[in-house]
Amino acid sequence: MTTAETHKSGGMTKDLIVYACILALAGIQFLIAYQDISASQMFVRMMSVAVIEAALALLFFMDLAKNRGLMWFFVIFTVFVLLAMQYGWTDSFRLTDGVPWAK
Amino acid sequence: MSQADLSIHGQVSRTTATEIMTAPAFSVPAKKMAMWLFIIADTATFAGCLFAYGFTRNATPDWPRPFHSITNVAVMTLILLTSSLTMLFAVRHAEMGDKAKAFRWTMITAVCGIMFAVLHIKEWIGLVGEGVTLFHNPWGTPLFGSLFFSVTGLHLLHVTGGVVALIAVGLRYQGGRYNSDDIEITGLYWHFVDLVWMFVVPLVYLLNLAH
Repeated sequence: MTTAETHKSGGMTKDLIVYACILALAGIQFLIAYQDISASQMFVRMMSVAVIEAALALLFFMDLAKNRGLMWFFVIFTVFVLLAMQYGWTDSFRLTDGVPWAK
Repeated sequence: MSQADLSIHGQVSRTTATEIMTAPAFSVPAKKMAMWLFIIADTATFAGCLFAYGFTRNATPDWPRPFHSITNVAVMTLILLTSSLTMLFAVRHAEMGDKAKAFRWTMITAVCGIMFAVLHIKEWIGLVGEGVTLFHNPWGTPLFGSLFFSVTGLHLLHVTGGVVALIAVGLRYQGGRYNSDDIEITGLYWHFVDLVWMFVVPLVYLLNLAH
């Protein structure tokens, strides 16, 4: 086996392992859906699993792990935008709990 | 320092400055960087849509939970995740210069995308048959229909665009007009579509599962 072929088969083995991990995490999300817990708990658990899945896909499928500079560029911009959007959640609770006509 | 030394140093510093100015950002080729910038922008688009969905769901007391079975969405997820793996195989073979295998895996990825789209449309037809439209549904707030079709429709639009891109880039790669970089860049887009689905499934389907 040549060096290139060895490198290729090693890379594909790693790809298969990451794929299996992501598939298992997706399975966990489906299991969480059947748990007898509150919607907010379910939301937190599912989003935590989804973030791990996304991180694996970004690092290994999209090869961000090989380029630290690009990874930080992506993470800083994306996380800033995602966090900036979260300010509105409080208003959604106000609509259900804080207004005079709230149930 | 002699005049000759100065001119040599001047030449060296000008060359270095030119190299710095023209060097690709993060050592990433321009086309690939453009795809990354698109992915960052599209992340914001999907995040905005999913945030709007979450906001409305949270602020609506009679939000329906219409999904009794998640078999269809489980199969769709399996197909989309597997298509990311087949896309990786295409990229790895393209990097190795194995054109035939790279083309074959790219087309397999496109077929997976088509299967996903068909299952998605089948699910839509089932929901429409139950009376769900953009502005109406039989279980409660009509906002459910509009948000469900908007979020999943935007994703389906991305999948459809991805399938077209995979076929077009694959054919041109096989014909020699495109190189392995183009396969890799299309792969980045396809992985992004997969990544978005990881968030759409729990928010739109699994949290609305009837218990």
